[in-house]
Amino acid sequence: MAAPIIEARAIHKHFGALHVLKGVDLQVAERELVFVIGPSGSGKSTLLRCLNRLETPDSGSVVVDGIDLLARATDINRARQRIGMVFQSFNLYPHMTALGNVTLALRKVAGKTAAEAEALGLAALDRVGLRDRAGHTPGQLSGGQAQRVAIARAIALEPRVMLFDEPTSALDPELVGSVLAVMRELRQDGMTMVVVSHEMGFARAAADRVVFMDDGQIVEQGAPAAIFEAPREARTRAFIGQIQRH
Amino acid sequence: MLDTFFNIEIMKAAWPILLAGLGNTLLLSATVVPLGLLGGLILALLARLRSPWVRWPLMAWVDFFRAFPPLVLLIFLYAGLPFIGLELGGFGCVAIAFFLNTGAYYGEILRAGIDSVPTGQSEAARSTGLSATQTMAWVILPQAVRNVLPDLMSNTLEVVKLTALGSVVAMPELLFQARQAQSLTYNPTPIVVAALIYFALLWPLVRLLSRLENRALRAG
Repeated sequence: MAAPIIEARAIHKHFGALHVLKGVDLQVAERELVFVIGPSGSGKSTLLRCLNRLETPDSGSVVVDGIDLLARATDINRARQRIGMVFQSFNLYPHMTALGNVTLALRKVAGKTAAEAEALGLAALDRVGLRDRAGHTPGQLSGGQAQRVAIARAIALEPRVMLFDEPTSALDPELVGSVLAVMRELRQDGMTMVVVSHEMGFARAAADRVVFMDDGQIVEQGAPAAIFEAPREARTRAFIGQIQRH
Repeated sequence: MLDTFFNIEIMKAAWPILLAGLGNTLLLSATVVPLGLLGGLILALLARLRSPWVRWPLMAWVDFFRAFPPLVLLIFLYAGLPFIGLELGGFGCVAIAFFLNTGAYYGEILRAGIDSVPTGQSEAARSTGLSATQTMAWVILPQAVRNVLPDLMSNTLEVVKLTALGSVVAMPELLFQARQAQSLTYNPTPIVVAALIYFALLWPLVRLLSRLENRALRAG
């Protein structure tokens, strides 16, 4: 395996007295799609948020695309341009149009002119199939469309890595497919992705690796088939059984 | 009755004086509203810092100037500061008093507005590489202001009305001019006209505010 593009080592994180991450190691290779699953409270979202320093680990190291995110000298805002993130609740800016959402960072962070930003923004919206919704505000979009605009906002900056935090959990079931389709395309284009999600069907079809977390630790990881059909650990078996029943 | 309160001759004579007063009231409002907003913004942004070294003095400051009657503050600045050699003049005193007093009110409103924006908004903005300052300017503040617009307007209405306080420090604003005209003519007509001018000036704002509040009620 080539040098990993994401390399998190021995991450510990507390929220007050709560020990949320208990020494987690995660390496992700370029173009790899890693699924992180686990019960709520297992620390999977916190781990994801450590990968762009929305949460700062108490100890350990996080290196993404060669940049040590925890080093004092690191310009975190520059580093974050290379790390796209998509949230469960979309978090689109409600006071801007879809295009405005996508172009804000292009103009303010990437230093594009208004015209360049608009062209790139429209191209990004095109990739998620929503070029014709450029002038709509988030309130005028369905949940599925809103999440795709959120993906466009992230990929417009041409990140090296994409993080997805339960991207389909807030969606009505009939809208999930459109978001997964966009993620599948990103995958085909070779994007490195870390996805916290319980979309088992998608994980089976698209993931290179599934990581099972419980109680702030990685319990088990492997190919989707191995994790879903022949988990070694009792905790993994119990969890897989649970989500398959639903 | 008509001769006492709606004396046409006196209205004609007093009109230029009152108009000059209206001009000064508008000028004063156009100065103290932005000043108050600026003071409020500074306070609201400082309130984001969680450090107790900022929080406690800030709370004391806001409490103090909200509890301090603006008229007393104004007279203190005007009549008290010259004793330490600070002659700020009527306009300077009004500007400072309003900066302190209305700034504290605007500050509380803006703070509530900023708190009303979900944290996910700033997380999304930061995740795209926007700095904390850019996130505040482009993502948080526009939403914060929109969320508390009725309160901001209501406070602004109060501020414009409070500019009449300037009359006690000889600021030639509308009320002061009306009092002058009244004492020159021995007739209350100028005061009545001044009241009508205030009404004409503020009523559209009051209407707009009601509509905003109704809309907020329906949306909320």
